Amino acid sequence: MTATRRLVFVSGTLALCAWVLVPIYLIALGAFGGRAGAFKWPKEIVPSNASLDALMLFVKIEGVWNAAVNSVIAAGLTMLFSIALGAPAGYALARFSFRGANAFRLLVLLTRAFPLAILALPLTVTFIRIGLYDTPLGVALVHTALALPFAALVTASLFTGIPRELEEAAWVFGCTRLQAFRRIVLPLALPGIAAAAIFAFVISWNEVFAASVLTVRERTLTAYLLTVLAESPLHYRFAGGFILIVPSVLFIFAVRKYLFAMWGVSSK
Amino acid sequence: MTQSRWLPYALLAPAMVFLGVLFFVPLVQTIVLSFQGDAGFGLGNYGKMVGDLNFGLSIRNTFLLVLTVIPLQVALALAMGLMLQKMTFGRDVVLWVWTIPLGVSDLAAGLVWLALLQNTGYVNSALFAMGLIPGPTAWLNSETPVTLFVAVVLAEVWRATAIVLVILVGGLQLIPKEFAEAAEIFGARPWTRFVKITLPLLKPSLQSALILRTVLAFEVFAVVYALGGRNFPVLVGEAYAWQRDNQNYGVAAAYAVLIMIISLAATVFWLRVLRVKPEVQG
Amino acid sequence: MAGIVIDRIAKSFGSVTALQEVSLEIADGEFVALLGPSGCGKTTLLRIMAGLESRSSGRVLIGGRDVSDLKPWERGLAMVFQNYAVFPHMTVYENVAFGLAMQKKPADVIDRQVKKAAALLHIEPYLERYPAKLSGGQRQRVAVARALAVEPAVLLMDEPLSNLDALLRLEMRAELKSVLREAGTTTVYVTHDQTEAMGLADRIAVMYGGKIVQIAPPTQVYARPATTFVGGFVGSPPMNFLPVDSQDGRVTLGGQSIPVPGSGARILGFRGEDVTLAAPADGLALTVRVVEPMGSHTLLTGRIGDAVVRIVAPSSTAVRAGDVVGLRLDPARVVFMDPASGLALDAAA
Repeated sequence: MTATRRLVFVSGTLALCAWVLVPIYLIALGAFGGRAGAFKWPKEIVPSNASLDALMLFVKIEGVWNAAVNSVIAAGLTMLFSIALGAPAGYALARFSFRGANAFRLLVLLTRAFPLAILALPLTVTFIRIGLYDTPLGVALVHTALALPFAALVTASLFTGIPRELEEAAWVFGCTRLQAFRRIVLPLALPGIAAAAIFAFVISWNEVFAASVLTVRERTLTAYLLTVLAESPLHYRFAGGFILIVPSVLFIFAVRKYLFAMWGVSSK
Repeated sequence: MTQSRWLPYALLAPAMVFLGVLFFVPLVQTIVLSFQGDAGFGLGNYGKMVGDLNFGLSIRNTFLLVLTVIPLQVALALAMGLMLQKMTFGRDVVLWVWTIPLGVSDLAAGLVWLALLQNTGYVNSALFAMGLIPGPTAWLNSETPVTLFVAVVLAEVWRATAIVLVILVGGLQLIPKEFAEAAEIFGARPWTRFVKITLPLLKPSLQSALILRTVLAFEVFAVVYALGGRNFPVLVGEAYAWQRDNQNYGVAAAYAVLIMIISLAATVFWLRVLRVKPEVQG
Repeated sequence: MAGIVIDRIAKSFGSVTALQEVSLEIADGEFVALLGPSGCGKTTLLRIMAGLESRSSGRVLIGGRDVSDLKPWERGLAMVFQNYAVFPHMTVYENVAFGLAMQKKPADVIDRQVKKAAALLHIEPYLERYPAKLSGGQRQRVAVARALAVEPAVLLMDEPLSNLDALLRLEMRAELKSVLREAGTTTVYVTHDQTEAMGLADRIAVMYGGKIVQIAPPTQVYARPATTFVGGFVGSPPMNFLPVDSQDGRVTLGGQSIPVPGSGARILGFRGEDVTLAAPADGLALTVRVVEPMGSHTLLTGRIGDAVVRIVAPSSTAVRAGDVVGLRLDPARVVFMDPASGLALDAAA
């Protein structure tokens, strides 16, 4: 590459990095700036009187802490359900050729072509009847429907990546199927499964529509923010947005190695 | 594999049952609900939906958004993906930074851009500093539909390009370097190589990225809501409002059915337009 | 220690027949190679013995016990896989100890056996390492050590050397032979490499199209192939075949009269090294197209009529491409096949 082209290339890369990072930096400023910061004019790009107080003030608002806890519970349950249900399905898809395997793959792909969260609409009625309405468990169930197809396909590609011969070797040397899975397959697949679990967590943590439709008092953080959006002051909105972003960004960092396994063509 | 006919089915059963109960049942319920009204079974809900003032507006807005955002995202993600391929230094860090928005929810993305674009926000401060505006200016209310639209597009491109990028980078990694090198030896210029080699081989990834993104783009809602409230009606937002504010499940379900039909149509569209012949698949 | 009996094992995948009623008896302590081209069913047969593949019909007996319906973990075998299948998350020691640990052997027994197997395969320096840090050849040794550590009655090997480079393969082959001879383990060894099968096995079972076409000691498979396929598959260069016409039990080639079983059309087979070169007039005339000096010998390729013929000539030969040479066959070493069935015709018949 010539020097000029190199310069254009590097500055383009940096500009795109700034495009991603600067807005996050600015909402962080907004979150830590408090009421005074939100209405300050004109704004400065460096923090002037940022403090943790503004954020703490937000957390202490009636309902916020409860909503955050509900979000964590719903996301945790979603993680648990989607791996518990999805990993066995993924293992079946990876290791067996059986009648119906393609039908199942198709079903999973079909769920991707559907705006799944919208299916929460009729579930409100059912959930009210069986007492799941307005509970983190109910939200988690719907979120699992969102995350499960992912978990199944991701774990399928993980298990496919572990040579079948390793398992067969374990069998020949005296392991039953379950022992071989526990001693050979699981240790090798564990990091990937953890990544899939984290992804399920993020899917639930970020979901707005179903969570809003299925709760009134026991809101998740997203549902809470959505419903109080209109009447809450700007700095609270920024604080809420910032709190939503932080865990997701950390999680994405943790699973960065597995992003391609999760979204690549192989998991189509 | 050893003789174990029942095992795969046993492993699959829990997921199947779950998806049956929480995917198929609500799917059917939604359809049934959309035809159930006060006056019995019929098209009443659909009539109410179409007759609503916001209906035409939300259809127009949603399609406008999809048609603007998706080409931008694909072009940007392609450019980013090709840049990553050329990168010799710091590739992993850049890739991580570029994929951060993957973890950002649409609601959070809306709030992020609200911080930038609100009356006394950072963008206005910058414009003010440059002498382009006299003071705090409103961009996001019903009197400024164009700038509100631009704001939503910015927020969506900012948030959801990452997913396209990841899928395309995954696809680019699958293309052996030898193909481009062979083309280069036969004298193909970079642009020709991109059009004749890279793009056709990337078709499966493009297809799956476009399907995923289009379906999600028709679900756009929280970004819009965070930035402009109901100043910029979109389909899912209307469904939410009918359910939440009007307590009318039937019309909400009618919207849901409409969104599902549009999503399915979009999927079929991409499957046909970017058809990958089985014998060409690697 | 145990012998193996394969009793009319058949296997089909849907409408495709992989094995058609194969029977085979392997004596205690014997080393049998299953040799054949890819798709001949040799790996399927081995995997059925291991219990990794289901059979359509037939029985497998190991040490007199019918194991046909047992799971792989109930058969008490050991196996070496083509890609080694060394567990990447365990150290070499843990890998070698794996089978013994599964048998719940006491720690001191495990330790003794692991050390013994490691010494046998010269992997003691690597015992604490993880497989990722080992070369292909070293991983192969770990896989063999893991199999030998359990002192199995029967050892199954699926193309264990095919992923090694040529030199390493030669070295491992010799080592494998001495180690297994010492252990006296009944071994079934699948390979498509005829030199491996020749070098290692007590008997070779040549498989083709889901059947065993010949089972015999290596020298006999080489010198007396049961079919044209075996002759063409075993040996490098492969056996040469000429169509001949038998008149009253004799055929005359280049002035040589050779006895033939029966009369009519026959295929005459001879090995490239079983001829002597002579003047063109004194033998079967061969027009040499290509001359390849191999060091130990020189390979001549040419045609006799429509048949391609390869001759192993002494490296001192002065023949050049385009020359015509005469071949004199050794009547005691030629074989005759039936042109329709490809089956060898017994000289006595």
